[in-house]
Amino acid sequence: MSDPLVRALQELLGPQRVLATRGELLVYECDGLTQFKSAPRCAVLPHSTEDVQAILHLLHRERTPFVARGAGTGLSGGAIAQRDAVLIELSRMKQILEIDPVDRIARVEVGVVNAELSKAVKPYGLFYAPDPSSQTACTLGGNAAENSGGPHCLKYGNTTRHMLALEVVLPDGTRETLGDPFAGSAGYDLRGLFIGSEGTLGIATEITVRLCPQPESVVTLLAAFETLDAACRAVSDLIARGVQASAIEILDQRTIDAVESSVFRAGYPRNAGAVLLVELDGPAIETAEDAERVEAIARANHAILLQRAADEEQRMKLWKGRKGAFGAMGRVAPDLYVQDAVVPRTRLPEVVRGIGEICDKYRLRLANVFHAGEGNLHPNIAYDGTRAEEVERVHEAGREIFELCISVGGSLSGEHGIGLEKREFMHLLYSPEDLATFCRVREAFDPLRLANPEKVLPVHACLELRSALPSGERGTR
Amino acid sequence: MSESMANARPATACGEAPRPPEGAHVATREQLAHWTRSLDCIHCGLCLSSCPTYQVTGRENASPRGRIYLMRAVAEGRLEPDASYTQALDECLVCRNCETACPSGVRFGELMEFARDEEKKRVPPRGLAGFVERIAFRHVLPKRRVLGALLGTLRLYQRSGVQTLVRKSGLLRRLAPQLAAREALLPVIPSRRERAPLLERYPAHGERRATVGFLTGCVMHPLMPEVHRATIRVLNDQGFDVVVPPSQGCCGALHFHFGHADEGKELARANLRAFLREPLDAIVNNSAGCGAAMKEYPHQLEGEEARRFSSLVRDVSEFLVERGLRPIAPGPKLRVAYDEPCHLIHAQKISAAPKQLLRAIPGVELIPFDGQESCCGAAGIYNLVQPTLADAILSPKIAAIAKVRPDVVVTGNPGCLMQIKNGLAAAGLAIPVKHPIELVP
Ligand SMILES: Cc1cc2nc3c(=O)[nH]c(=O)nc-3n(C[C@H](O)[C@H](O)[C@H](O)COP(=O)(O)OP(=O)(O)OC[C@H]3O[C@@H](n4cnc5c(N)ncnc54)[C@H](O)[C@@H]3O)c2cc1C
Ligand code: SF4
Ligand code: SF4
Repeated sequence: MSDPLVRALQELLGPQRVLATRGELLVYECDGLTQFKSAPRCAVLPHSTEDVQAILHLLHRERTPFVARGAGTGLSGGAIAQRDAVLIELSRMKQILEIDPVDRIARVEVGVVNAELSKAVKPYGLFYAPDPSSQTACTLGGNAAENSGGPHCLKYGNTTRHMLALEVVLPDGTRETLGDPFAGSAGYDLRGLFIGSEGTLGIATEITVRLCPQPESVVTLLAAFETLDAACRAVSDLIARGVQASAIEILDQRTIDAVESSVFRAGYPRNAGAVLLVELDGPAIETAEDAERVEAIARANHAILLQRAADEEQRMKLWKGRKGAFGAMGRVAPDLYVQDAVVPRTRLPEVVRGIGEICDKYRLRLANVFHAGEGNLHPNIAYDGTRAEEVERVHEAGREIFELCISVGGSLSGEHGIGLEKREFMHLLYSPEDLATFCRVREAFDPLRLANPEKVLPVHACLELRSALPSGERGTR
Repeated sequence: MSESMANARPATACGEAPRPPEGAHVATREQLAHWTRSLDCIHCGLCLSSCPTYQVTGRENASPRGRIYLMRAVAEGRLEPDASYTQALDECLVCRNCETACPSGVRFGELMEFARDEEKKRVPPRGLAGFVERIAFRHVLPKRRVLGALLGTLRLYQRSGVQTLVRKSGLLRRLAPQLAAREALLPVIPSRRERAPLLERYPAHGERRATVGFLTGCVMHPLMPEVHRATIRVLNDQGFDVVVPPSQGCCGALHFHFGHADEGKELARANLRAFLREPLDAIVNNSAGCGAAMKEYPHQLEGEEARRFSSLVRDVSEFLVERGLRPIAPGPKLRVAYDEPCHLIHAQKISAAPKQLLRAIPGVELIPFDGQESCCGAAGIYNLVQPTLADAILSPKIAAIAKVRPDVVVTGNPGCLMQIKNGLAAAGLAIPVKHPIELVP
């Protein structure tokens, strides 16, 4: 243990909470995305906001970069420690500090697991709406950093709609409160800026969230189609006819196969080309009426099977299958690359077809599971990471898929963030001026660029970009 | 996936990942490398929050995903096993909560058993923990006479007043706090008469429905003879002949979990010989850990016999519910908290049967509590070798039980039973802990 920084951190936190051997650090080499690997210089386990402050203060003095980590379920490489950064593992900060059922808010530490919060507020007839498929594992801090979504965000909106205030520690160790649970937004919405910033502006330590009342009734429908195309067309129709669903999800045949072979087997028909999951919630009369409309639209698109979940148990089963889908794909591939592009919902059928063609061209195996209602695609490409040539083909296909999505007016990321993975594609979406503006915002929080360096924006490119621009010039989107 | 990949691994269908064939098990380091890579951990992290040691420590290397990552790195030669690697393996409870959480179907228990066995061969454990382990695995658990003698001595220690003296004086606590913590775990040893061996055969009451073999296990009979007597009584009442082969022995579960596979296999073979001598309709046991290990004998032993044996193994609740229960006489009114042993719910996927059995007893009311399905930290001898973690894992469960104040806690695994008993006692709660079968009047 000759690293003086490690010794200083140990003095600060005690030896138990600083990890520094190769074996201890290797496991932090990657997160949910395994293409990129880089072990941190050391890892620390703070227990409180004060701990985080003390750590960042020290790192600031030592000019050492750092990376926050929640549960490491991120899918864009956000929690990977590049440049010998110190990893700040927030998993121990998992207290639910306060539940206020009257004002319908809760105050939590950032390491609280998403699903644990909903579980804790259930007795009050409340729930926390954003429900990423990883919700049994991912932390609210990670959700804040990625502005995560989930199937039900179609109706309820992504994370940023549900986090009212954040306690954050800035890269120099100072503490700030962003937002206010009660006051409206006067002045700049720094809370909104921080959410989705992927750990590049500082570390959130506490969050005040909004809770929603559980709906009076919930109807969950399963429709199976012969082809993926038919399922996509049904979704376009649902949107066009203005059906207000709380979730609209599609799983294609390969995904169905994987799920049905897993512990999360949901009873999806294996012979279907795709299944569509639609959920409606609200007053019972409305959901009943909407359910019939959904069924009519499914029939018009030649659904081969229509089912309604009879009870809560069946409903949970249908959802568990959907939420376990990505994990279940492990059964068909040693490694998975999951994309996260968003396209206008009316263009879904053609884009999904296009992605299929790209994967055929690169001889890659593709499975689709996605938040269809939001036009948020998750093509899963199965590959073997030990074969360099194959990884190359995955990268090429990935690029073409991005280009396709952007060409129809879509974007790079619906919910997984840019991270390390999509950094190099940012210029497809933004002009150099735009990127330079991002850089300036980042530097306002973090002039030394210590917070999650090398993520979201190409930092070095960023410097070059800035120096190339006349000062004061603003980028436009 | 791609054609080229399919070509490289001709054994699989086009593009399928090269899964090990059905019925195959990890036996070499190359296989471990292959399994950890192909058998399916995609690093999604969905198992993290299910893992008791991750919940307590928040460390990735104390999580299922982290442990698999390390095993793979070692198997692939990317990581030289170091002390932190051994620790990462040792801290695992092999409770297999992670298997229930994993959508990808990772067979964690099997990977861990293999990795531990390799590690134990590389660096035999040292210190107090190592000493306890060696003695226990080689000389005590497999040999009934030695076990009996040891328990006799312990009973003497407890009854002669020496224990009271030791505890009162606080001497042990001062001299060897770790040993004191373990001393505190000592259950009250029943008398020699209570520990007397079981008969070889107990006939069914009323019409005979089937004949079952009964596993007595190693420490369970001498430590909890009342549970065995209750199990046999209920099986008889329900119409089953119970055969207790005298040549049977320890199931080997602890040996497999703690990296002593060779000794474990010896024990497994002895049990095959003992139980397959006469035709039995089932091999019934009342210990979740033993049941899980015996159902998994085919992971350890090749051949038809191991498969036949394991297909007969049933937990007593599973067996009774499967066969259909004869009406049960009413017992006293009881508010019962059922704790789900990991090796029932996760390793054997049995959760409904024990509750069904309990509900079938008139007078019993099942009351749910938080963390009913969470691990208690007993995990064989885990509470002896990792006392700090075991306590941290246990304490939320005790707090949850304290909140609902049941008349009795029941759990179908002897280790869990003792662990929870100790936890409740330490918290000053006078709530008895029993095996579910003991509640059947
Ligand atoms: C099976 C699976 C399904 C998924 N499904 C969805 C889905 O439906 N919707 C969705 O949006 N995402 C999904 N994801 C992606 C991922 O779960 C989310 O991005 C999640 O929010 C990450 O949380 P985490 O705690 O794991 O964060 P990590 O992966 O640990 O970190 C993610 C990023 O956040 C930063 N960060 C973490 N905590 C903090 C903090 N306190 N302050 C500042 N920065 C921080 C990290 O530096 C990193 O850049 C899925 C992932 C998996 C593996
Ligand atoms: S849930 Fe399964 S696939 Fe996912 S990280 Fe855990 S062991 Fe690996
Ligand atoms: S067996 Fe239990 S302790 Fe070990 S990794 Fe799995 S969940 Fe964690």
